[in-house]
Amino acid sequence: MIEHLTYLWEFSFIKNAVFSGLMIALICPLIGVFLVVRRMSLIADTLSHVALSGVAAGILLQKTVPALTFIQPVYVGMGFSAVASFLIERLRNIYPFYRELSLPIVLAAATGMSVVFISLADGFNGDLFGYLFGSLITVSRIDLLIIFIIGLIVVAAILLLYKEWFLLSFEEEGAFVSGIPAQILNRLFIILTALVIMAAMNIVGILLVSALITLPVAAALQVARSFKQMFGYAILFAQLSTHLGLLISYFYALSTGGTIVVIAAAILLLMMGLKRMRQRTGGAA
Amino acid sequence: MIISASPSAYMMMNHDKQVIELKNVSFRYGQRQVLTDINLTLMQGEFLGLVGPNGSGKSTLIKIILGLLKPEQGEVRLFGQPLEKFREWWKIGYVSQKANSFNSGFPATVFEVVSMGLYGKMGLFSWMGRREKERVKGAIQLVGLTEYIKQPIGKLSGGQQQRAFIARALVSNPELLILDEPTVGVDSQSVEQFYHFLQKMHQNEGISILMVTHDVGVMTSHVDRIACLNKKLHFHGPPKEYVENQDHIIQQVYGNDVHLIEHHHH
Repeated sequence: MIEHLTYLWEFSFIKNAVFSGLMIALICPLIGVFLVVRRMSLIADTLSHVALSGVAAGILLQKTVPALTFIQPVYVGMGFSAVASFLIERLRNIYPFYRELSLPIVLAAATGMSVVFISLADGFNGDLFGYLFGSLITVSRIDLLIIFIIGLIVVAAILLLYKEWFLLSFEEEGAFVSGIPAQILNRLFIILTALVIMAAMNIVGILLVSALITLPVAAALQVARSFKQMFGYAILFAQLSTHLGLLISYFYALSTGGTIVVIAAAILLLMMGLKRMRQRTGGAA
Repeated sequence: MIISASPSAYMMMNHDKQVIELKNVSFRYGQRQVLTDINLTLMQGEFLGLVGPNGSGKSTLIKIILGLLKPEQGEVRLFGQPLEKFREWWKIGYVSQKANSFNSGFPATVFEVVSMGLYGKMGLFSWMGRREKERVKGAIQLVGLTEYIKQPIGKLSGGQQQRAFIARALVSNPELLILDEPTVGVDSQSVEQFYHFLQKMHQNEGISILMVTHDVGVMTSHVDRIACLNKKLHFHGPPKEYVENQDHIIQQVYGNDVHLIEHHHH
């Protein structure tokens, strides 16, 4: 087994997958913790559906305008989610009393657009399947570079603005009264979320990105006793799911994204069980 | 008719600075007029109780003072500066009504919650150092929660949670404390303790306090002045004068349909 693994390590696509997995399983839970406690976890779903409509538009573009084949659909997807992140923030302000409405509006519009683009591009093909559910071999060197740049931006932003986003997550009004520029920070966070989704969609796939953002955090909520611990546990669970998922999906020729998400869900179940056991034994630990 | 204030203990003291000053402030939500022509001042070192029935505009007034809502008309000054220019928010400690109904499943410890009170003062892009951590511990000790410092905030009782939020409001050494219905959902023994604590802070530290409540009874024995609000300001004066004219004021503020919550404490 070990021999086999060292042999595998010779392949650059395996290295790319492992390195990108390391980074993605760091930044997804990092932003996931804030999104979940702010009850905004659906934003990950929304932005990933927007990315799908972008990818579909990209595929359509490649088919209909041969001169533009150099534009990878995945970059069109990134562009779409960047635009949508602004749109969501605008909608949040247009419906101040129904802020969460911004998410289903964008999600529905994006899904509708995806279906139209896909049907115009003569239906599903192999490419699209890879984007939807992720794949090991689709991570190129350039993808890896992009993932690392995004990763560094996200980690730096969280380190620099940790306390402001913590306060905003706990109580938006309180943040305002502390004199913190809440609106700018909210916008910045949505852009950050869009960046993370762009980075992650190569490896787990568009439809499963939000799972890697929310499942490890949901599991962490079961066991963490402080906000700092939330990050520790969520990152641990995300790394476990990603690397186990990569390994298992390779050996059993399964969908990479799917395997990662199934493992993340299994960890969540395990933590729920653990919490229950703790409560039953009455242990305060 | 507004019953005018007469000289009292707080006025005898050397307080000439106005911490809060509202001039002719009016506010409406759509068609509904919530506040009409409010004139109100809070002097330095004063403990002012703001009372009024539900829907009288108390919370709206607080939000206007904190800059969360913009008045339709009138002027707000904080520490002598117009609200639009005011930047020293760390001078104000605020305990919102929501502090009693926050998401109790939020994964944060008492230490982390109280730390938030320092964030505004620390500024962007900074992390808590040893000095900040010591101050947080000090504020937690002040409200008597040291043994719960590492506990998740949701695991505390209502009274303890409220003390944690007071510590958060006090940790930046504010000059003004604004409390919006801080005793809602807190048992009566904790309420009594809470008032003693406030009075101690007020007398020893000289903090100015603006407290909103609908519990008039307890309040009259602790505050310097009372303001009665129901869309308009109906009374603004010392408690003694309030008690003497109580029937008249209640009639004005609450109308004939009186559902006054008044607990008698001794």
